[in-house]
Amino acid sequence: MNAVALTTLGIEIGWGAALAIKTLVILLIIPAGALILGYVFLLKMMSHMQSRLGPMDPGGFHGWFQLIGDGLKFVQKEDLMPDGADRKVFAGAPAVVLISTFLVFLVIPMGPDLVVKDLDIGVFYALAVSSLSVIGILMAGWSSANKYALLGGLRAAGQLIAYELPLLLAVIGVVIQAGTMSLNGIVVAQQQQSIFGIDWIGNPYILTQFVGFLIFLIAAQAELTQTPFDMPVAESELVGGYHVEYTGFRFLFFFMGEYGTAFAFSAIAATLFLGGYALPWVDGDLANWIGPLVLFAKLMLVAFLMFWARFTFPRLREDQLQAFAWKFLIPLGLANLLVTALFKVAF
Amino acid sequence: MSTTEMPSAPDFELERSAMRHLADAQMNVELDTGDMILNLGPQHPATHGTLRLVVRLDGERVIAADPVIGYMHRGYEKLTEFRTYPQITTLINRIDWLSSFANEVPFVHAAEQLMGIEAPARAQYIRTILTELSRIATFVLFLGEMGLQVGALTPAFYGFRDREHVLNLIEGATGGRFHPNFNRIGGLKDDLPWGWVSETRQVMQLVLDSCDQFEDLVVGNEIFLSRTRGIGIIPGDIGTAYGVSGSNLRASGVDWDLRRDGVPYLAYPDLDFKVWTHAAGDSFARYWVRLQETRESVRMVLQLLDGLPAGPVMAKVPRIIKVPEGEAWVETENPLGQMGYYIVSKGATGPFRVKIRSASFSNVSILPWLLRGVYVPDVVTILASLYFILGDIDR
Repeated sequence: MNAVALTTLGIEIGWGAALAIKTLVILLIIPAGALILGYVFLLKMMSHMQSRLGPMDPGGFHGWFQLIGDGLKFVQKEDLMPDGADRKVFAGAPAVVLISTFLVFLVIPMGPDLVVKDLDIGVFYALAVSSLSVIGILMAGWSSANKYALLGGLRAAGQLIAYELPLLLAVIGVVIQAGTMSLNGIVVAQQQQSIFGIDWIGNPYILTQFVGFLIFLIAAQAELTQTPFDMPVAESELVGGYHVEYTGFRFLFFFMGEYGTAFAFSAIAATLFLGGYALPWVDGDLANWIGPLVLFAKLMLVAFLMFWARFTFPRLREDQLQAFAWKFLIPLGLANLLVTALFKVAF
Repeated sequence: MSTTEMPSAPDFELERSAMRHLADAQMNVELDTGDMILNLGPQHPATHGTLRLVVRLDGERVIAADPVIGYMHRGYEKLTEFRTYPQITTLINRIDWLSSFANEVPFVHAAEQLMGIEAPARAQYIRTILTELSRIATFVLFLGEMGLQVGALTPAFYGFRDREHVLNLIEGATGGRFHPNFNRIGGLKDDLPWGWVSETRQVMQLVLDSCDQFEDLVVGNEIFLSRTRGIGIIPGDIGTAYGVSGSNLRASGVDWDLRRDGVPYLAYPDLDFKVWTHAAGDSFARYWVRLQETRESVRMVLQLLDGLPAGPVMAKVPRIIKVPEGEAWVETENPLGQMGYYIVSKGATGPFRVKIRSASFSNVSILPWLLRGVYVPDVVTILASLYFILGDIDR
């Protein structure tokens, strides 16, 4: 959302004001996205799937008050810190997790001109900063002075490192096909390319990179520590894992970080594989106006898949998860990469 | 490490290699991480209450596990010595609180045996129906709970939903959802309410449907299989040696069911039912056996409803119950396993001594043997698949 963009929309705006708007948008998107995912999927969809009555009750119609009630509860909670905790690290960990989520959103385009910073290495940047959250999780696990938290933190570290690689391999296929690492460039490439000579829907990469899309979804699920890869939190074993000692607002930070990251990864997946903000036949100013809505719709579709899996599957064991990553996902990703490269050279 | 003197020139090579070995040894000592002692419980979601497991871990592998029980000890064996027989059924309701009705049966049976009373046929049938309903209520909850323990949230809610249906039936007949206290020495407090039989038939169909659902959702899930297959294998002979009983033992391939093999009790001799076993003895086998037994129980309830005899539900008993001098041992096949009461009577209104044999106590005693060498997540799987109730361990 730079000054030029707003000018094309007919609004004159200075550099300082543009920066302020950008900051505000980013600071609003994450909490809003986290709340939307929490509300739609965690409360409503899950209640329907599990024939749950509780979250459908408060406030009357469809339990609309539940989320507000949950929020109020968190605000009221006492801010506890364990005696043995490393106080500074303990307090800093939730912020690190949340900040890494904020940073991802800087490069996600919501329209041809609606992007905070269109980096040339957008994909690379997004994946790099999203893995910063591991540090926050390790900090939380280590500083809590709790054995469960420590186990959870170490599990998270092992898991997130293992799944960075397939995530990257899945994305590289897209990058090869688009010929650029800029997220905006990838969207434009999907709009302009054609598949088997048919060009009226462009070429959303889910059609050619469906293996990559699948790997991306699975690896993202592991990055988000969602079921079936939720060993770091594993409520039935580690009673919450790395955030077991967190209460009130700090816990809310972790919660927002989790759902905000889910929102961010859905947005990246929608951008890389579903054509992002673009709709066929729509460009120019109109694309700027409806772009965010289109992206949001596609993003919710991806998020639905993620949460559907989350509510359906049991949890893998740590060694099974590692075996799955190293023995299946990574070879599959490499094969996908090879095939993509061959096609790129051949055609 | 102590400092070594600089060696003289000719020995230098030799000395250096020795130093390298020493350094390696030092390194190995440094890399050998210490064991971690982890307290699973007394408050931990996997322990269904207040079981405490002191687990010694090397990384995530369990070196030794030591169950510590007694956090819920309520002293029921002693309490029974100061109460009359009709009062005691209230207490023993709370031993295995998921299937309270089934707890009452062996005790009342033992008292009846000593007094030489036999409950009327209709009472026996209704007792059998309610025992089987308790079994269904317990197992259906297990089928969901096991999913929750290996990480799937959804089956747990289905388990509670189906248990609700069955509890409504038990409430309809006895007036109590958790603790019916419905047995009397010589029969039952009341007859079944009007319309109960047809409602039970409907609910049984619901339970059968949800068993199919569990089969799809849980047993058919690849991840669930990989989490439970080959985890926590109890060989039949070792299970028997530890006193493991019930579905846990049948899942180890031991074909032993007190309903069929024990002293005949209730209406079981009249019934046609299959005793399910599984050869594997792992966590999956225990899940599978309980799933089949839930279906079998539904079949039994339907048979009992068809053959429900008419007549009174209470035999003639004196107004003040005094049990003649003697000793009696009655054991039954309860949802969690073999449950028995040894009653010593000195001819008073209350027993002189009662020994309660509860299934979970023996089932859990195998844990130190079973948990050696498994990973932390498997501890939870094994605990869930053994399916114990804390009240049944500590009494």
